[in-house]
Amino acid sequence: MSEQETSKGSRAMAEPPAGRLAQARWTLVAAALAIGAVTAAAGGSWLLAVGALAAVAAVAAFAPRRTRSMRRADSAAAAAQFPLDRLSALRLAAAVPDPLIVFDAAGVIVHANPAAEITFGPVLRGVDLQLRFRAPEMQDLIGKALSGTADGAVVDYAERLPVERLYRVSATPLGDATGLFVLVFKDQSEVRRIDRMRADFIANASHELRTPLASIAGFIETLRGPARDDPAARDRFLEIMQAQTARMARLIDDLLSLSRLEMKPFVKPGETVDIVQVAAGVADALGQRAADAGVVVERHFPAGPVMVAGSRDELTQVFENLLENAIKYGQAGKRVTLTVERAPGAPKPQVDVTVRDFGPGIAEEHIPRVTERFYRADVDSAQKGTGLGLAIVKHILTRHNARLTINSSPGEGAAFVVHLPAG
Amino acid sequence: MHIVRAFDEDLKYLSGRIAAMGGLAERMVEQSVAALVHHDAPMAQKVIADDRLLDEAQRDIDEKAIAVIARRQPLADDLREIIGAIRISADLERVGDLGKNNAKRVVAITASRQPVQLFRGLQALSDLALTQLKDVLDVYASRAVDTLGFVRDRDDQIDAMYTSLFRELLTYMMEDPRNITPCTHLLFCAKNIERIGDHATNIAETVYYIATAEQLPIDRPKGDKSHRVTLDVPEAAK
Repeated sequence: MSEQETSKGSRAMAEPPAGRLAQARWTLVAAALAIGAVTAAAGGSWLLAVGALAAVAAVAAFAPRRTRSMRRADSAAAAAQFPLDRLSALRLAAAVPDPLIVFDAAGVIVHANPAAEITFGPVLRGVDLQLRFRAPEMQDLIGKALSGTADGAVVDYAERLPVERLYRVSATPLGDATGLFVLVFKDQSEVRRIDRMRADFIANASHELRTPLASIAGFIETLRGPARDDPAARDRFLEIMQAQTARMARLIDDLLSLSRLEMKPFVKPGETVDIVQVAAGVADALGQRAADAGVVVERHFPAGPVMVAGSRDELTQVFENLLENAIKYGQAGKRVTLTVERAPGAPKPQVDVTVRDFGPGIAEEHIPRVTERFYRADVDSAQKGTGLGLAIVKHILTRHNARLTINSSPGEGAAFVVHLPAG
Repeated sequence: MHIVRAFDEDLKYLSGRIAAMGGLAERMVEQSVAALVHHDAPMAQKVIADDRLLDEAQRDIDEKAIAVIARRQPLADDLREIIGAIRISADLERVGDLGKNNAKRVVAITASRQPVQLFRGLQALSDLALTQLKDVLDVYASRAVDTLGFVRDRDDQIDAMYTSLFRELLTYMMEDPRNITPCTHLLFCAKNIERIGDHATNIAETVYYIATAEQLPIDRPKGDKSHRVTLDVPEAAK
């Protein structure tokens, strides 16, 4: 529209002289009459009168009508109008933080904004919408939209895997008779997560704190009874009780950090971090702990930075948990290796970070299960850990589209390999 | 695009119906496990009732597919698409049956209060199997078969997880005979979920065949070692 206006403006400047003369016809007639009257009255030369008339006509045909400031105001107004009218719908869609999918009357996706590609995967354009969103309520909504009865219809759509999310989805036709529709996904996960988090936290905390509490209560009873006057036993019991209370405190920390992680939104697009720096930082931070345990941390890093997509804080926590485990459970091996390497990977290049210990290793039947919450490979390790460290690792990696593989055979130590998509 | 537009519509109808079946099957499996974990008998009843819809959808797809073959005499990719639809709908119908079987066990398992760790493994196993099913059906939608590499890895993970769960449930049964009833039912549930993973792998093979006219290579290593699991009775119990 503004394009038409601007071209109209420039056309006015270059309007043929005939048109301008026609516009100024009454002025010209009046001028001709005036010049004729003056010539007749003053008895001047008719040749001069014709010349004067020609000069007036030439001015009418070619001289600009509008003052310069008027013209400038015109072009400023046009410029002010320009961006909004020229704004592409795609750019507008890209700026919307909620996932947004445009589809045609056949139900085929014609556009998905970046937020939608991050949430639902990169292969969306050209895909049949009903094949991608298969949940019964979504089928219903899309069906209604396509048959034209979904005016402003809204459904709640939950995806539980790979990460739990809840959306309020609305389907709306775009404009009048464009044959296009838009699905807008409004993220409601936070509300649901807060509820779930409270319930989960209480369930887990009460269940997991019961065991150490019972053991402490038992020791207190013994201390007040049979062991009242036995200083050696008292010291030993108090030491165990201290260890138990420390474990309870750690458990609460871990539960809180897991719950907090579940609350946070996803990794933002475009956020990258140098994984070598993260790994080196973690190795430095745990250096004292390793030295206390008599374990040497060997670093195998490539020269220069290795960028991966992800959040620095969360990845730091991943490698802290893994290295801490390696030091704790692989203490017998006396050394732990921390390796960062670029791997070709399919279909995209990836970065592998390996934390390897040389301790007793993990039995085959436990390997698939160790990332479950509160799963313990054996009774001994129940004393050492909270059963949440690897669950936190797994949770963070799922959010990063990364994978964790565990290789171990008893007696030869364990290798935890994190496969991160290269940034 | 075909010269006869109705043919395109037939094919679209079939794939749309498959998608709806897939969505329903995913929902049923998810709800059956949720019903188990949360002791929710009404939800289990709903899953059992929903299975009818899947059976009906499968029959509809079969009939429609045969009618299309008879009427249009399809060749090459069209023929693969239709045969693929028949195979996928059969797999999804089985997935629904397995979900329904899990739901039927809810009442027996939750008759008495069970400790929560009994269900944790099952939840993790079903998350894996459902992720497999979801990703495979997403590939059916996008036809991006070059990304199908994940299927085999995850199938191995499901098998390994199942074997481990099998062992864990045996341990519980040995610890306390009162665990035998719920644990036996849970063993069947775990087996059902492992089978769901296998059906997802079958669907992946069919999708690959539809898109490329080639079969996925056969060397499918079996990671399920539960047939070899034995546990010795602890000394104290003898």
